[in-house]
Amino acid sequence: MAIELKMPALSPTMEEGTLSKWLVKEGDAVKSGDILAEIETDKATMEFEAVDEGTIAKIVIAEGTDGVKVGEVIALIAAEGEDASAVEAAPQAAPAAKAEAPAEAAPKKAESGTQQLVAPAARVSVADPDIPAGTEMVKTTVREALRDAMAEEMRADETVFVMGEEVAQYQGAYKVTQGLLDEFGDKRVIDTPITEYGFAGVGSGAAMAGLKPIVEFMTFNFAMQAIDHVINSAAKTNYMSGGQMRCPIVFRGPNGAASRVGAQHSQNYGPWYAAVPGLIVIAPYSAADAKGLLKAAIRCPDPVVFLENELMYGHSFDVPKLDDYVLPIGKARIAREGKDVTLVSYSIGVGVALEAADKLAAEGIEAEVIDLRTLRPLDKETVLKSLAKTNRMVVVEEGWPVCSIASEIAAIAMEDGFDDLDAPVLRVTNEDVPLPYAANLEKAALIKSDDVVAAVKKVTYR
Amino acid sequence: MAKAAQPRTRKAPAAAAPKSAVSAAPASNRERPAEPVRYKASKQEMLDFYSQMLLIRRFEEKAGQLYGLGLIGGFCHLYIGQEAVAVGLQSALEVGKDSVITGYRDHGHMLAYGIDPKVIMAELTGRAAGISRGKGGSMHMFSVEHKFYGGHGIVGAQVSLGTGLAFKHKYAGDGGVAMAYFGDGAANQGQVYESFNMAELWKLPIIFVIENNQYAMGTSVNRASSEDQLYRRGESFRIPGIQVDGMDVLAVRGAAEEAVAWVRAGKGPILLELKTYRYRGHSMSDPAKYRSREEVQAVRDKSDPIEHLKKELEAAGVTEDELKALEKDIRKVVQDAADFAEEAPEPELSELYTDVLVGQY
Repeated sequence: MAIELKMPALSPTMEEGTLSKWLVKEGDAVKSGDILAEIETDKATMEFEAVDEGTIAKIVIAEGTDGVKVGEVIALIAAEGEDASAVEAAPQAAPAAKAEAPAEAAPKKAESGTQQLVAPAARVSVADPDIPAGTEMVKTTVREALRDAMAEEMRADETVFVMGEEVAQYQGAYKVTQGLLDEFGDKRVIDTPITEYGFAGVGSGAAMAGLKPIVEFMTFNFAMQAIDHVINSAAKTNYMSGGQMRCPIVFRGPNGAASRVGAQHSQNYGPWYAAVPGLIVIAPYSAADAKGLLKAAIRCPDPVVFLENELMYGHSFDVPKLDDYVLPIGKARIAREGKDVTLVSYSIGVGVALEAADKLAAEGIEAEVIDLRTLRPLDKETVLKSLAKTNRMVVVEEGWPVCSIASEIAAIAMEDGFDDLDAPVLRVTNEDVPLPYAANLEKAALIKSDDVVAAVKKVTYR
Repeated sequence: MAKAAQPRTRKAPAAAAPKSAVSAAPASNRERPAEPVRYKASKQEMLDFYSQMLLIRRFEEKAGQLYGLGLIGGFCHLYIGQEAVAVGLQSALEVGKDSVITGYRDHGHMLAYGIDPKVIMAELTGRAAGISRGKGGSMHMFSVEHKFYGGHGIVGAQVSLGTGLAFKHKYAGDGGVAMAYFGDGAANQGQVYESFNMAELWKLPIIFVIENNQYAMGTSVNRASSEDQLYRRGESFRIPGIQVDGMDVLAVRGAAEEAVAWVRAGKGPILLELKTYRYRGHSMSDPAKYRSREEVQAVRDKSDPIEHLKKELEAAGVTEDELKALEKDIRKVVQDAADFAEEAPEPELSELYTDVLVGQY
């Protein structure tokens, strides 16, 4: 029986990849450890090694193929003593079965509760008023949108530079800075040692001296080591100096739960930074918002914490093809219009809220979904206007419940929208525990659209 | 502890003959800065150093007084005893071209960079006319115009920030250098070494200055530092270190000459350890029970940087009357600053909400 070589999952969030190059051809003898192919994942180009010995009987997926699903058969190896040409027939069934395979392949690949977060991704149903009618839309991943934003701003302003771990030669731990080193050189795309506290300080100092640094944290979990500079050095400088000394810096990187990486790598820092006066905090959902807001952040004269989401990097959205697409900081977006209940969310939670809105629509409840986009300053006006329309509100947040953005929205509704409330504001958040590793526990800890549906039924008394 | 201790001798007797500067023994045949020589100042330069040091001394005494009267609040860290460090080092820099950054004991560094005593004192009293419009206080003062970047309250933060200032000088190719001051206490913070690593890796133009005044609040260097010869702290990063008698302004200036030449030549960072002493407590609220009155008095008697230079001035032919006239002028400058700081109005209440952000959102 021929051995099936399957598309490997080479990162926790990889769902598909590009088979960039075969390094063996049919008829080659291979042994364990031989490099068979180069596979480009959502993060990097990886070498795929043989585990078994035998002869390459058939290459099923040609090199250069994009979108090869994890688990799909890419080649067949005839084991010793087996006739390589005789295995030809067997594989035919496999690719056919693969058409609906991802679900089938799932049990083999490690499951993650984060699937419930990303399944509904890439829905944006209401046109952004900031985009002129008739603008051409280009399908772009969040990752590419972020990269494009940085590249455009670096072309426009010599004082903009990027620094962080693996941002240059490695092309970014999550490939967000891919290509920047080639275009801008090592003066402006700078690999740092693993030294978050130090380089957050170096970046802040450079900003005080007049440069516009983009400091990438490999994830915001590691930025805990640097939070002193983000808050004490960057956020407070303008105020403490009586407006004399500025710190125009962007701290960016992935935030929130990734897939099966456990408690220390899975945390939403939105509420932490949003608590600090002097900071701008942005947490976009779509690729268009990621691009337009990152460009705004780089131009911003104030320090910005720009919270991305690893699970969203590979998702594609329509991005308007405009020479200079910059969005306003501090403005929420109505992602879906509705009249019966308002769902407020941001970042990856927006996808969950939109999925819940679809489910609710099937039951005759029209939910309005607000994507906050900026967490500080918070767009109270849009939130309260929607509340005045629907009289009911549920906040959806991929993060802990206590002292959260959801708590803040609830307080705003109480203080400024009390007369509009026909029911208490409810919070749908992650469970109040460190994020567990086990797939079933992880799933139970994270928000899901069914929880949102249940909360909406409570506030609408259905 | 009087003057600079001999290196490699932890318990050097106080009377040990001080060398003006000592550099770390070369670990290899790498290029090292030359042994600094005591600066040969002209009579006019000596007079300038003297009046700057005296201005700092009198200013700080006045600040102490105003604190006692309740006109200055919060933390207030005085620079008395350490004057030769800021004056000796910064006299080798170019105001407006070279950047300076320090911790919370910052009044002396500002005065040594030519910043108006009035706006500093008015900041101490929390007035609208203060350099930070009354919103910064003693520990948070800045003058971007002078390239004086603070004034930072978190111990050690200024070292990373200062490395960022040096990054800017190199990025912009403006020929400037950064000088980042920190104390013997901050020398044990982790981010200092993160910064050393990056500064040498990227050959940034920065002079790291450890002002070793022997006590981190109440903890003496020997109780806190496994390597108490702090000028060696850069060795594992290949940053050359020089130990300097920080009570002798001409020795300090001599070391500054060497350091500035090294850094401006693109050879990367350099580390100076200035052995100095603060006469007052860590802050105004420090009872200073961790050292004896005799210890402080001995330094004042034997090693005071101002008295030291005064003797040299007299030897150079400056008369007692000339020095008295100078002293009188300085007292007037300080009194004017104090009067200004007392009379200037507090910030408008509306100032509470300004300067949080630069932009409108």
